[in-house]
Amino acid sequence: MSVRRYAHGSRVPGWDRPADLEKDPALIPDPESTDVPPALREEIEAHMANYPDRRSAALPALEAAQRVHGWCSPEALEQVACVMRVTPAYLDSVATFYDMLENSPAGRHSVYVCTNISCSLRGADELCDEMMRAAEADPDIDVRGFECLGACDIAPMASVDGIYVGPLELSDVPTLLEDVRAERPVLPDKQLGRMLVADPHANSREYPLHAPAPAQKGRGA
Amino acid sequence: MSDAVAPMLLLTDIDEPGLNTREVYERRGGYESMRTALKMTPEDVLAQLEASQLRGRGGAGFAMGTKISFLPKGAIDKYLVCNADESEPGTFKDRELMQKTPHTLIEGIVIASYAAGASRSFIYIRGEYVQQADALDAALAEARAAGYIGEDILGSGHSLTLVVHRGAGAYICGEETGLLDSLEGKRGNPRLKPPFPANQGLYQGPTLINNVETLSTVPTIIRIGGEEYAKIGVERSTGTKLVSVSGHVRRPGNYEIELGIPAREIIYGLAGGPAEGRSVKCWFPGGSSSPVLTADDLDINYDFDSLAKARTMLGSGAIIVVDDSTPILDVALKVAKFYRHESCGKCTPCREGTNWTVKMLERIEIGEATPMDLEIMASVQEHIMGNCLCVLGDAMAMPISSLISKFRGEFEQHIEAARERRGLAPSAVDGDGALAAQGAI
Repeated sequence: MSVRRYAHGSRVPGWDRPADLEKDPALIPDPESTDVPPALREEIEAHMANYPDRRSAALPALEAAQRVHGWCSPEALEQVACVMRVTPAYLDSVATFYDMLENSPAGRHSVYVCTNISCSLRGADELCDEMMRAAEADPDIDVRGFECLGACDIAPMASVDGIYVGPLELSDVPTLLEDVRAERPVLPDKQLGRMLVADPHANSREYPLHAPAPAQKGRGA
Repeated sequence: MSDAVAPMLLLTDIDEPGLNTREVYERRGGYESMRTALKMTPEDVLAQLEASQLRGRGGAGFAMGTKISFLPKGAIDKYLVCNADESEPGTFKDRELMQKTPHTLIEGIVIASYAAGASRSFIYIRGEYVQQADALDAALAEARAAGYIGEDILGSGHSLTLVVHRGAGAYICGEETGLLDSLEGKRGNPRLKPPFPANQGLYQGPTLINNVETLSTVPTIIRIGGEEYAKIGVERSTGTKLVSVSGHVRRPGNYEIELGIPAREIIYGLAGGPAEGRSVKCWFPGGSSSPVLTADDLDINYDFDSLAKARTMLGSGAIIVVDDSTPILDVALKVAKFYRHESCGKCTPCREGTNWTVKMLERIEIGEATPMDLEIMASVQEHIMGNCLCVLGDAMAMPISSLISKFRGEFEQHIEAARERRGLAPSAVDGDGALAAQGAI
């Protein structure tokens, strides 16, 4: 699997797919005929209540729907659109803009390998290739090269379902993937949550490593 | 490193167990500044912030007090938005603050919103920062329960709502107007300025946007006083700054420095410099958007004005060090590809300019280029700069221009070496190359 980039330089997938001119534009889905899982509806409504304008809830709502459906599928968009009272097309325009919202079916686990400059100076490109190769046959795990994840202090690093781990060696790849498959904490000794700040003057006393291993967050319902 | 240890204002005992909880934070004197500020008038709080001369820590370095004073006065709905979309390559300072001491940020937001008269606030945090957003949500729940967020905070008459809003992966949402569009639930396309967010921002209302580090510094300013704070650092670059050092250094990580110390002390003294036997080839002083500096520039003082004088910028305070083992072409390609991927596509110079820059760099890599491509590439950068709604295009143009001008010889070597690998004649005898050499193109 190659790094998902759009050759023409924008972040709009499917720009070269022809529009279906026979199809009527989708309207705001009818609540009578749209089946929305009650928990999802509740979560979206809670988000909408946070903002003066309900549209602000688009990102958290899509994220919630993606957790249920695995990706921003037409069905997921329809359900969010129904609760938010916007058109599915509006949500599609939003969903296609952001890297973390999936526009095609995705695996239950996502591994983002940072391939930006600081990580690549420390071997991230080889790491990303190796990770992709090792996870190639596993439909449950999506490995992607990702832009700077904001953890250059543990370069080269990866974000495994939101948990940052690093610095990674090529030899960590099999263990990391095994941990993901077994749904246990990923490389507990390399998790960012346990790292102390680098500045030697920051801490006046020696503190023990304190952060407990964070709970795993699996995708999917 | 000089003997005097820099004052620790942001990272003090940041690894103390439980500092992310209100209990430990308050035991250490947390929320005292908020209590002090809420007893002052908003004008007095603003005066303290202005006296501190604190400049924004997100990248632009705009004076925070001045920014607040731009907001219109009167009883209209005003908003405060904390920019926690830390996506500038090389930057990871806000992550450390939000994860380990989220209450500092919340306290800073309460004080700043009081000074600005804002009654609704948002933290826009990048979606990738799951653990940090969870830490903020937990801290926010504690702050709400204690009455620090909500109606009539501690009987001061000041009310504030705060929502942690998670992004979903887009560099452009760190640009303030792109962030506002994203927060309104749209694609994160930047807006035409003016009107500036201080007049028409979120939901068309006056909006104050500040970075995490800026807002996290506010409690300290109230505690020690604006004038005392201004004594730290150097003129026009007051206070301490978190720098994120990464790349080819022995001890990458976050360091709190007093602004104005030589860059060498940061790169070598604190971060340990490149590995044994390696030397600094170039370094980005303020994230991958800043024009690069070379080993000759290591004695420049690390503050806003000294770096501006060296025709680069302090930016987000992210120092990326590249040692002599790395081909400069690889650095340029990494940078250009990032901006191509992150361009929102709204403005043509940026959308096309980033794309063609990558294509020209790839031409060099595969041996199709002549030195004339460097000229064209440099002129493309000139045509991007200042011609777009936001500075994303400039953010690629600045480092790429500086790489071309400072490492021209190495680029030419790359061109010739790649041509040779491809079995092509040296560019000097090639048609285009010969014309370029004569100055005809």
